[in-house]
Amino acid sequence: MVSKEIITHTIFKAVNEINKRLSKKQQLIKSISTILSGSDDKLDSMGLVNLIVAIEQNIEDEFEVSITIADERAMSQKHSPFKTVGSLADYIEMLLNEELND
Amino acid sequence: MIDKPVMIITGTRKGIGKYLAEYYVEKGFQVVGCSRGDIDFELDNYQHFSLDVCDEKEVKKMFTQIRITYGRLDILVNNAGVASMNHSLLTPISTVRKILDTNVIGTFLFSRESAKLMKINKFGRIINFSTVATKLKVEGEAIYAASKAAVINFTEILSKEYAEFGITVNAIAPTPVKTDLIRSVPKEKIDKLTQLLTIHRLGEFRDISNVTNFFISEESDFITGQTIFLGGV
Repeated sequence: MVSKEIITHTIFKAVNEINKRLSKKQQLIKSISTILSGSDDKLDSMGLVNLIVAIEQNIEDEFEVSITIADERAMSQKHSPFKTVGSLADYIEMLLNEELND
Repeated sequence: MIDKPVMIITGTRKGIGKYLAEYYVEKGFQVVGCSRGDIDFELDNYQHFSLDVCDEKEVKKMFTQIRITYGRLDILVNNAGVASMNHSLLTPISTVRKILDTNVIGTFLFSRESAKLMKINKFGRIINFSTVATKLKVEGEAIYAASKAAVINFTEILSKEYAEFGITVNAIAPTPVKTDLIRSVPKEKIDKLTQLLTIHRLGEFRDISNVTNFFISEESDFITGQTIFLGGV
């Protein structure tokens, strides 16, 4: 089992990297309830792409496995895993468990 | 991070890929190559991966290695390709899939993973391989030409998606070059094809590196989404 805490920390690390490129007004708060996509999002579509890529690279460094977060399942889910930091962490946890138990 | 520029070339076991690997190692690049089979040559500043370019898991592993080992990626040359020249009525679906897998999916996969590394340094050059066959519309090349036409469209759209990362995306569309890829094509077919060119000859390796040199040069940072056709097509 992978630790949700480490996954969340990995996402926050990516948020730090993305925040460096964002204006003060656009800064993402490091919280599991932070909205990443949808009506109240601060990130534009490219911001979200950059964040996902940064998270994938950090996950690779942390867990030594390579995952594709934006896979078919993620795209076809009724409740998007990209809605909040928390939902994204849940989705990554599922992907990592599948990958590591493969 | 390594000092010298890092270049990936796919399909380096033989032909154009092997030539480009040797050529750019000689020019001082760190070259990373790949092919399905093992290679029968050794080069300094060259690292080889044996993989199928459309195997996502293996390709991602390769990019992880590149990131850890070199810490950068400057250039991708999507050279790996397969051709099959046959009447569509005699083309099995397995051949169609093989061509689309290598020529389209492989190009996509390597471009996507490369851009993730290139964007870190806000610099990158991606060169895709199309073919003059997309314009010549020769019978027997329906799937091959269609797959390479997809590469041109892909190149044009990718250039827009990656521009903000400092990455240019261009394509070269060579004439037939004397390689294994055209070994199985009858001589009269090749002769007929070269007659359709403005300059009636087969391409040479140097014709390819002439164009890749242009695309990868730092001065070419305003050149993107373009396809250069060899032979005056």
